[in-house]
Amino acid sequence: MTINEKQDEIIAEFEFLDDWLDKYQQIIDKGMSSAGIDPKYKTPENLIEGCQSKVWVMAEYKEGKVYYQGESNTDIAGGIAAMLVEIFSGHTPQEIIDTDLYFIDRIGLKEHLSPTRSNGMLAMIKQMRLFAIAFKAENENK
Amino acid sequence: MIDINKIREDFPILSETVYGKPLVYFDNAATTQKPRQVVEKIVEGYYKRNANIHRGVHFLSQEATEAHEQARQEVRAFINAKSSNEIIFTRGTTEAINLVASSFGELLSDGDEVIVTQMEHHSNIVPWQLLQRRKDIKLKVIPFDENGVLKIQELDTLITPKTKLIACTHVSNALGTINPVKEIIEKAHAQGIPVLVDGAQSIPHFKVDVQELDADFLAFSAHKIYGPTGMGVLYGKEAWLDKLPPYQGGGEMIDKVTFEKTTFNVLPFKFEAGTPDFIGSTALAEALRYVNAIGIDTIAAHEQELVAYAVQQLSRFDNIRFIGQTKERSGLVSFLIGTIHPYDLGSVLDKLGIAVRTGHHCAQPVMDAFGIDGTVRASFGIYNTKEEIDILVAGVERAKKMFKQ
Repeated sequence: MTINEKQDEIIAEFEFLDDWLDKYQQIIDKGMSSAGIDPKYKTPENLIEGCQSKVWVMAEYKEGKVYYQGESNTDIAGGIAAMLVEIFSGHTPQEIIDTDLYFIDRIGLKEHLSPTRSNGMLAMIKQMRLFAIAFKAENENK
Repeated sequence: MIDINKIREDFPILSETVYGKPLVYFDNAATTQKPRQVVEKIVEGYYKRNANIHRGVHFLSQEATEAHEQARQEVRAFINAKSSNEIIFTRGTTEAINLVASSFGELLSDGDEVIVTQMEHHSNIVPWQLLQRRKDIKLKVIPFDENGVLKIQELDTLITPKTKLIACTHVSNALGTINPVKEIIEKAHAQGIPVLVDGAQSIPHFKVDVQELDADFLAFSAHKIYGPTGMGVLYGKEAWLDKLPPYQGGGEMIDKVTFEKTTFNVLPFKFEAGTPDFIGSTALAEALRYVNAIGIDTIAAHEQELVAYAVQQLSRFDNIRFIGQTKERSGLVSFLIGTIHPYDLGSVLDKLGIAVRTGHHCAQPVMDAFGIDGTVRASFGIYNTKEEIDILVAGVERAKKMFKQ
């Protein structure tokens, strides 16, 4: 599945949830059932500290593709983190860099990306892209 | 008897809906909503009395000056200061504290000590730390216990001959604890030490009389007492204000300026550089009039009832943890439910139309003391009702299930 196919799949999942709390429930459940981050990677280097919550993110580069792990100490940010990990993992750095990340807006969670929420989500997305850029540069320099 | 429905009619925003739900506004410790009277005063000011104040010979300037100085008188009366010379208009509590830290700080020498409490808002910590960059002063801290009550007895050992000022909050914005500032002031004065009281969270909720407290300085914000944003007050005893050097330089605060030497204006103007917010001051006075018309004691009694009801109703949750459990509590309830992160609980309550604040409330040392990231804080105002607390409790119940707690 391409990144956009994955995004569309998530949008479809949320489409039938009219009630806000049902949407949140879906996100919370995603967060709770996600594998999160391997405890050995839950290090200060991988920590993005928002004012409200904490997010850990790391990435590995295997056979030309990026694999992410991510987790938050809050369930809602954790659910969003789980979706981001799911969407980006298994793709090439170029695919990740080129992605227009539209699903968050489409499922109505834009406010969780607002800088005033300071929950680390914006920084997490930036960090995920930076990993991709770094892997790409590394690969080109080989 | 307080007629809440009538009061609520004065606050148009309270009939707004959010996400299709009636707004339940429980973020009053951050800022209060404004009654129609205050907003109309602002509009009237711009439409009818807008002219720069002081030194103007024309009619409008006289009118505006009179209104501004009348507002100062009303602030004086509200906190029972001796003279309106003791009322300095600032942009808010934060600026008022910065003013003291900056100007009083000029009088300090290396090695001097300032005492604060462990439950200060960052705005009563950071100005002193900025001063530490200029002077080698020591910042000492009165700790609090597991209930969020100050260990006031420690003050006896914290005070030394080097102590030059105690700066403490009247009410903790994170815990709701009312501190025994009168006792602190008595102890401090016994050693000849002045006290600055952060009244941001006390002034809106109960009667504060600066003479009865014998406070040397007291700071508060207009927007937390139904007044406009960007307006605040520093009260200072005249003897102290006379001793302090000016804070900022500019118009209004000068007597005579030459390139060789400038002399400064008298109190209170010495501390009010630049064009003051003469619209904001009259709006603040209108807010105080609004509070007086209801009666600050009536407001205090109503809010006490709300706090007691909230504590009682929230206590039904077996996994609730109240952060700050004091008998002397004002205006707010800070809590956690099981392991639900405050951000998560706040986000769910938001979708139910309930506005609470989550996080560290600009009091990180308080959170560190409890070993938590933050709390959910419901803070009340004159227009809140028990029915709204019921909505909050139902919201928490709902969230509890969502987070499987």
